[in-house]
Amino acid sequence: MAILKGLLKVIGYFLFISLMSFSIIRLIPGDPALHIIGERGASEERVAEIRKNLGLDQPLPIQFLKFSANALVGNFGESTVSKQSVLSEFKVLWPATVELAFVALLWSSLVGLGLGMLAAVKRNSFWDYGAVSLSTLGFAMPIFWWGLIVIFFFAVKLGIFPVSGRIDVMFDVPYKTGFYFLDTLLSGQWDAFVSACKFVVLPAFVLGTVPLALIVRVSRASIIDVAEEDYVRTARSKGLPYKQILFKHIFKNALPQILTSIGLAMGQLLTGAILTETLFSWPGMGRWIIKSIEARDYPVVQAGVFYSMLIVIIVNWITDESVKMVSPKMRDQQRGG
Amino acid sequence: MKKLFLAALLLPLFAQAADNFIFCTEGSPSSFNPQIVTDGTSMNASSQAIFNRIVEFKSGTTEVIPSLAESWTISKDRKTYTFKLRKGVKFHSNAAFTPTRDFNANDVVYTFKTQLDPKHPLSIPAASYDYFKAMELDALIADIKKTDDYTVVFELKRPESPFLANLGMDFASVLSEEYAQSLIKSGKGLKTLETAPIGTGPFVFKSYQKDSTIKYTANSTYWKGKPKIENLIFVIVADSTVRTQKMKSGECHIMSEVQPQDIEALSKNPAVKIQNAAGLNVSYIAFNTEKKPFDNLKVREAISLALNKKSYLDVIYKAQGLAAKNPIPPTMWSYNNKTVEQVYDVEKAKTLLKEAGFPNGFETELWTMPVARPYLPNGKKLGELVQADLAKIGVKVKLVTFDWPTYLEKSKKGDHAMIQFGWTGDNGDPDNFMNVLLGCTAVKAGSNYARWCHKEFDNLLQQAKEESAVAKRTALYMKAQEIFAKEKPWYPVAHSKQNKVMSAKVQGYKISPLGNENFEAVSLSK
Repeated sequence: MAILKGLLKVIGYFLFISLMSFSIIRLIPGDPALHIIGERGASEERVAEIRKNLGLDQPLPIQFLKFSANALVGNFGESTVSKQSVLSEFKVLWPATVELAFVALLWSSLVGLGLGMLAAVKRNSFWDYGAVSLSTLGFAMPIFWWGLIVIFFFAVKLGIFPVSGRIDVMFDVPYKTGFYFLDTLLSGQWDAFVSACKFVVLPAFVLGTVPLALIVRVSRASIIDVAEEDYVRTARSKGLPYKQILFKHIFKNALPQILTSIGLAMGQLLTGAILTETLFSWPGMGRWIIKSIEARDYPVVQAGVFYSMLIVIIVNWITDESVKMVSPKMRDQQRGG
Repeated sequence: MKKLFLAALLLPLFAQAADNFIFCTEGSPSSFNPQIVTDGTSMNASSQAIFNRIVEFKSGTTEVIPSLAESWTISKDRKTYTFKLRKGVKFHSNAAFTPTRDFNANDVVYTFKTQLDPKHPLSIPAASYDYFKAMELDALIADIKKTDDYTVVFELKRPESPFLANLGMDFASVLSEEYAQSLIKSGKGLKTLETAPIGTGPFVFKSYQKDSTIKYTANSTYWKGKPKIENLIFVIVADSTVRTQKMKSGECHIMSEVQPQDIEALSKNPAVKIQNAAGLNVSYIAFNTEKKPFDNLKVREAISLALNKKSYLDVIYKAQGLAAKNPIPPTMWSYNNKTVEQVYDVEKAKTLLKEAGFPNGFETELWTMPVARPYLPNGKKLGELVQADLAKIGVKVKLVTFDWPTYLEKSKKGDHAMIQFGWTGDNGDPDNFMNVLLGCTAVKAGSNYARWCHKEFDNLLQQAKEESAVAKRTALYMKAQEIFAKEKPWYPVAHSKQNKVMSAKVQGYKISPLGNENFEAVSLSK
């Protein structure tokens, strides 16, 4: 019974996701044929011919059935712009997005957690106000402006980091996993690895400022919350050292909320950071999908929406599961129920 | 170890190998098969770098000169073109293909037959060869024959003067027949032509990383001699502000599409130089002459009188534009200097509007370009200026815009009242401006945004297309421009200059009036 229920749920999810991915792009006017023609114009017959080549002459329900049947087996068709299979383009761009998201999230989680803890422990002090306002400032700054300042200062003025790109043009990294951090090492190019590290610094720094504010605030608030619980007060009155209380009692119980906020940020970053990718010429998913929307490249947009919805569901599920693992409260509930 | 790593991280970058030449381009190519791409970005990455055509445009001009064809003759009835091909031209090789023979007539026949006949065994099934058809070569060419290994004959259905120039365009790049056959034989399929191109051109394709880089190496057996650049690298940088920063930090040798407002700051940088040249383009506001009140010539005249062109040039084009009065730019042959310059006269505009039956003006829409183009960097700003000018004669203008595909779709159907558009020439022929943008057939095709079909004007264009003597064609186009100036289907705005920002070390670069980027004669000084 439970299996059946689970299966129905998965089928429901799948139908919903594929219907959404199929229809969203078709709800906006314009189609790929017109983009191909451009300023030049073409006769009705030519437009009809191009539409036919793209399979757009068939009725919508048929198109949808074809799309979802193919999606089920992982076939998302060919881009109408590049005529390459969507999956083959995805395979190259996705690792770039993941790599950037990973570095951005890594530093913003570590720094965010540290600042949040500092703010909570030294509540209402200079440190508290400093940490919170600094992270909020980072969040409030428009990425484009903020990114340009960072580029101007670190790349143009100081010249210690490159303006944009993913690796120095002199390196040829053979495709193994698509992750430059791995591929450079797998092919034994130490210099290329160092170059990849240099290139990721600025975009990851800029991108990480967005989740940073959230992580600082959530960790500060949840640590303060937990610190006011009875058992903490008891532990303190027993005379336990503060460090022990902080890490053993408070932090452990505040972790679920913090993890949830990191999970949320992760779901967001993994669907591609459009502005950061554009600004730093980072060859990732965000720019690919935006370009494809402009060109009404239906297959790519469909796959992009499909992937984005899927990744949010998966990340949320993983977050829930890991919260269950670390949180004594939820773990016990699970056992009891 | 850790320290070493940190030290390496902080070392200044760009120990750039001296033989790398970096072109910072604005986008990713959609394909490397020049026959099927339609955008300039893809053509520069494929056709210009990797391929040759049987004729070409002399660097920096629109003059047609021999390339893979050494010479040609045209029959008396001007329907038969015979090309003598160059001997000893070698195709590139890659990991999967090594040519066994030199370029010959079979390659030329293959190149055009596949585009002409969708049933040709080497034709790419789903490709629609859009550019070939857009230039109407499918309706023009009757047959292409090889008479011997180095002679090819084109039979046309009717005489057409722009034909030779069309053969110099990117979609006419010559591909290797032997390569296509080997792809079929090995089971790789013709799709490989889009990712692993083989040409005869100055650079050999090496690798492509989507949205990141394209790499080429010099063709050591190039028939014009090996290019001076050893490694040509296209770095894809979508944002023009970032391209400018990369130019300043020395990460680019040449950048594409600089914004007018960045030029002044860049010109003060000693490591950078700026070249400019007249562009083969025009921007305009078209009146939808099928709609009231723009079917009335007096209304079109009144609006043209009320617009202050000088302010548009000052605000939008800075010093980079030239006031337009004809549909073709002044650098093009047959440009009519004598047509009257549009004057700015608000009072006269009001009188004309009264005569047309609109003493209190009227309400209308102006569609503004949603994308920046070299011919019109800021459509919205132009819209606002026009709106303010027309308010003075009582015409209330609502500014409307859509995203680009929607803009194209709606305007093609003629939903607009007044609309901004522009054009950059393909082959340097006036036909490519006037017939494409103002001819009667173009109303149906959707590129005549004024939806203006003027019998006398159209007859002149058709005569000029079939005529061969340049002097006679010039006279016909001159006359057509007079009709244009009188009938005012458009308000022509400007011809913009092309600016190229490059490192001071770049030598031998020439700006192409057609907007091509070709690096075969370029070098870097030490």
